Amino acid sequence: MRVETKPVLQTGKEVGSELKTGADLLVKSLIEENVETIFGYPGGAVLPIYDALYRAKDAFDHILTRHEQGAIHAAEGYARVSGKPGVVIATSGPGATNLVTGIADAMMDSLPLVVFTGQVARGVIGTDAFQEADVIGITTPITKHNYQVQSISDLPRIVKEAFHIASTGRPGPVVVDIPKDISASPCNGTYDNSFHLPGYHPTIKPNPLQIKKLADALTKAKKPLILAGAGIIHGKAANLLREFAVKNNLPVTTTLLGLGSFPASNPLSLGMAGMHGTYSANMALYECDLLINIGARFDDRLTGNLAHFAPNAVVSHIDIDPAEIGKNVATQIPIVSDANAALQQLLVVVKETADHQEWLNLLNENKENYPLWYKNPKQELLPQWVMKVLHEVTNGDAIITTDVGQHQMWAAQYYTFSEPNKWVTSGGLGTMGFGFPAAIGAQLAAPDKTVVAVVGDGGFQMTLQELSVLQEKRLPVKVIIVNNGALGMVRQWQETFYEGRYSESLLSIQPDFVKLADSYDIRGYKIESQEQLETIFPEVFAYVGPVVVDCRVLQQENVYPMIAPGKGINEMIGVKP
Amino acid sequence: MKRIITAVVQNRSGVLNRVTGLLQKRQFNIESISVGHTETEGISKMTLVVDVEDNQKLEQLTKQLNKQIDVLKVSDITDKAIVARELALIKVVSTGQLRQEIQGIIEPFRASIIDVSKDSLTVQVTGKPEKLEALIDLLRPYGIKELSRTGVTAFLRGHQPSVTEINTYSLLK
Repeated sequence: MRVETKPVLQTGKEVGSELKTGADLLVKSLIEENVETIFGYPGGAVLPIYDALYRAKDAFDHILTRHEQGAIHAAEGYARVSGKPGVVIATSGPGATNLVTGIADAMMDSLPLVVFTGQVARGVIGTDAFQEADVIGITTPITKHNYQVQSISDLPRIVKEAFHIASTGRPGPVVVDIPKDISASPCNGTYDNSFHLPGYHPTIKPNPLQIKKLADALTKAKKPLILAGAGIIHGKAANLLREFAVKNNLPVTTTLLGLGSFPASNPLSLGMAGMHGTYSANMALYECDLLINIGARFDDRLTGNLAHFAPNAVVSHIDIDPAEIGKNVATQIPIVSDANAALQQLLVVVKETADHQEWLNLLNENKENYPLWYKNPKQELLPQWVMKVLHEVTNGDAIITTDVGQHQMWAAQYYTFSEPNKWVTSGGLGTMGFGFPAAIGAQLAAPDKTVVAVVGDGGFQMTLQELSVLQEKRLPVKVIIVNNGALGMVRQWQETFYEGRYSESLLSIQPDFVKLADSYDIRGYKIESQEQLETIFPEVFAYVGPVVVDCRVLQQENVYPMIAPGKGINEMIGVKP
Repeated sequence: MKRIITAVVQNRSGVLNRVTGLLQKRQFNIESISVGHTETEGISKMTLVVDVEDNQKLEQLTKQLNKQIDVLKVSDITDKAIVARELALIKVVSTGQLRQEIQGIIEPFRASIIDVSKDSLTVQVTGKPEKLEALIDLLRPYGIKELSRTGVTAFLRGHQPSVTEINTYSLLK
């Protein structure tokens, strides 16, 4: 939580204390918000801000990424691991538009970000000035809220509001667009950040009557099931969830973003549900008679065809965002609440549950008979095997970041998570190029942890310019390229649904990733067999420093099991025979 | 089904864009929208007439509007006792001889002629949208040169009879 001590800048002649310009006000605001790390890229419209940052050099660690997209994904990784808002600065026009993918990604996955964009001076806004873009217009549909600062005296209040909105309720990105004349103009030294947001009151505490209804439903349910989403992680409620599930013997499945909210090793865990989830998890969703969704949003990749989703269940949905409840799945017991507060109450109120041992037995049988599986050819390196060895070598304790696609699903399936905040992935937006910069942010948020960027060869090539940052900051991130020479998930769908017409999905020309790493003075390895994997991986993780590992995996390997698009959750293909 | 939704909003730059952008993004169909200041400084009110498929969609609409930081209060007042009014300006082709005839048509609607020229006159009419439709239909044979409507604005009557069926869409109740 925020420490309420006043920063040193309040009095005296310390750095930034002079409050000469609007940019100094911004710097002071950032210090007040306890910002330590800023991801950014300078440019014309933010020159005054960068000048103020220069004056306050010791206050922040500024990470100069090599592309604004790298900055915002790094801020997302930072936010996901630290739980604090990620802070980004970019210039007007192209600087701001380069952030758009990351802002949309953070919006979909509810990550708190405060993004500062430069803007042309107020006098020329609307004249198509050099490097002008309508940042407010562009970002309105993909932010929780956005501001354009119109007066210097508003700046402290707006920054305060931005951090408040980004980090409370359902977290999300907030953009603050600062015209250059605002940041450059002298200010009169007053600093007032008191604010009032009459239209913003997130509901945190659940309605006790609704909690009671859910408790009553549990006394009747023969086939109860908990679906745990990222709301558990945002609410810091993983321990409460474990306590609640174990106390009442309730089976738990998680969403993709909810991985780590419940320990995969717990006997009550069914693993991940959804398009590439486990058979036992999906059949549990199909057959359950009481579904308790805590902090998940019933995304279509989870539910499959809605007509076949939990058709016989009483649905209870606990979510901090009332608009998520009833959006996709009709809900009988809605509970608007923070996951933490709801679970605290449930732990008190739920006294007994109906006997559901038979249900648990069935789920366990499914788990045993239809586990995740893959064929094991003699020679080739299998991606699933890479994930298994990665888990072993890192004791399952690493922070894993990914892009989107096959490697993401294999990591989700085989790198089993036991704790929250260890899984950093682009879920909702499904952004290629996310994983590597996100790992940079994750490592900065958790300097003592092992951070592994599991990326595809396609996605890595979208943001690999950030290797400079690894080297510059000597961040010991391990980049594991699951290299199948293809845009794997596209290739898999073309094989399965387009009769093997591999239209533009095979990457025949690639850099030599080892040489590439070498050119940044970063260690590189190439792994082509299971044998090499087992000898090289321990070496990679024993080394303190950045490493790039090019794992040449079997191109033809597909992600299974799978629910084909448009199919129901009970119609999985590729389940272990 | 057609619903009348009111949204009390902070009068900040871009708020109209936020609301219409949201409706567009979520594929809601706006029939009309009217905005103006309220009795409180800095607070405006929007009256939206929307066409939604069912209650589930309607619930989504009000919840999504409520999520906007600048939106203070959202109400679906369709099923309540309300006063709802719209204003229309109708420019009708008319030479001297027809003026009396048109005057006769518009009188029961309590409409008035607010502009006359050599070959046209402009009628101003206020009322519920159905009343406006009826007058427009009657004037159409004379030739409507131009038509401009404000969209509905509405609020609750001072007294709500207890028999009125009041639909609420909050999940909390």
